[in-house]
Amino acid sequence: MRAVITVIGKDKVGVLAKISTVCENYNVNVLEVSQSIMQELFAMIMLVDIDKLNANLQIFTKKLEDVSAQIGMKIHVMHEDIFNAMHKI
Amino acid sequence: MLNVNNILETINMIENENLDIRTITMGISLLDCIDPSIDIACQKVYDKICKKAENLVSVCDEISSRYGIPIINKRISVTPISIISSCTGQNPIKFAYALEKAANTCGVNFIGGYSALVQKGFSVGDKELIESIPYALAKTNCICSSVNVGSTKTGINMDAVSLMGKIIKQTAEMTADKDCIGAAKLVVFCNAPEDNPFMAGAFHGTGEADCIINVGVSGPGVVRAAIEKYPTANITEIAEIIKKTAFKITRAGMLVGTEASEKLNIPFGIVDLSLAPTPAIGDSVAHILEEIGLEQCGCPGTTATLAMLNDAVKKGGVMASSKVGGLSGAFIPVTEDAGMIDAARSGSLCIEKLEAMTAVCSVGLDMIVIPGDCSPETISAIIADEAAIGMVNSKTTAVRLIPAIGKKPGDELEFGGLLGSGPILNVKKGSPAKFISRGGIIPAPIQSLKN
Repeated sequence: MRAVITVIGKDKVGVLAKISTVCENYNVNVLEVSQSIMQELFAMIMLVDIDKLNANLQIFTKKLEDVSAQIGMKIHVMHEDIFNAMHKI
Repeated sequence: MLNVNNILETINMIENENLDIRTITMGISLLDCIDPSIDIACQKVYDKICKKAENLVSVCDEISSRYGIPIINKRISVTPISIISSCTGQNPIKFAYALEKAANTCGVNFIGGYSALVQKGFSVGDKELIESIPYALAKTNCICSSVNVGSTKTGINMDAVSLMGKIIKQTAEMTADKDCIGAAKLVVFCNAPEDNPFMAGAFHGTGEADCIINVGVSGPGVVRAAIEKYPTANITEIAEIIKKTAFKITRAGMLVGTEASEKLNIPFGIVDLSLAPTPAIGDSVAHILEEIGLEQCGCPGTTATLAMLNDAVKKGGVMASSKVGGLSGAFIPVTEDAGMIDAARSGSLCIEKLEAMTAVCSVGLDMIVIPGDCSPETISAIIADEAAIGMVNSKTTAVRLIPAIGKKPGDELEFGGLLGSGPILNVKKGSPAKFISRGGIIPAPIQSLKN
């Protein structure tokens, strides 16, 4: 099962490191990372494997939200199926 | 890797354009709860609802978290209570208490189905239920009530129309201390759908399975934002943009509904292809019409624009879902839509224009505040007008009017939450009392004879 983590905000040093550390702590494997610009904000998009997640998805999400809030960024954790459903026929 | 643009578009829809799943509504049949003893029947009703919907809220929250999309309302609809209560021969108010208690136990915000279907006549228990509506809505918080008074197949039951004018007025009077909110939870239908997930008109039809999951999607803000990007597009192109956007919104609803159905082990019913506004900024159907090119909702051109919008929403949505039903179309509830509220305040939107708009979109005269001194006959006549549009055009129409008891012209009612607020709209003078007092049935129109 794969999820998409999207971090949006003003670009700064250490974003990738902080998010990746949370992933490591929860046994989440990072498959791909890319970045883009959304409405003049920096957006980092990570595709991760959450099959071996060692906690509830809601707890993992909450932890990521806390970490992002500390660096002033907004994070979304969403199962990949929602993107497939909405954008593929 | 997934397409980055698709990911960011989805997140932007949720974050900035109010994309959400408006409601997951569990439809529960209460036919197996019928009992001659009202107390036993009420206990069975409570037990069945609590058993079926025990995990509804927690499962919805889990799915919401998994896909990162808000699921705003979790609701329950039940078999019309007049059918369940008729064999007890008693005042059905006890069922209202049982439903309220069950709704509170399950943690849902509304439970619909304190209803009667009287489009061709009253059967045993129907009148008793209808007459208990004002009291039931005054004494409970989460019960919603609906009465079907007409259909294309049967015509319009004018005795029921006459009765409902009085009931709406009484309901408002009994909740006058709470801005007449009772009337905001009471809807009068023509051609009521049996699988509608939206309140206040949701009930679980007798032709439905024992228990089902229905989903209502939303997204006026998403549609408006999509149109905003094409300021010079012609109307054909605008219709295409709306279709594509409706497709995406509906697919999200389909995904969430299917998942809820699997997790709860309850069959999936339908997706209601709806554009349902809320009073929040950026979640308005009126603002879509204005984005297309109307100075303000209600001005000439509103009906044509709405007709195109409504059609495009359905065309896009139907491709996205294998099971479509409910009301399916754009909603125009005045007090629940920021743009409609502004248009009503400025005088751009009047009841007559809204009536025309209801001929080309989903539902009908919805959430409209009328003067508190409107006579029951006038309310009945408005219901009859609206039901006639539904009957002749083979579509659902509904009336949800809130007489502003004790308020002066220029005052507003404030319901709070999704029900919103709104000014009093003027109703034309001239008494329809004699027409309403005649009673009887408006015969089914010729288009009902399709066999």
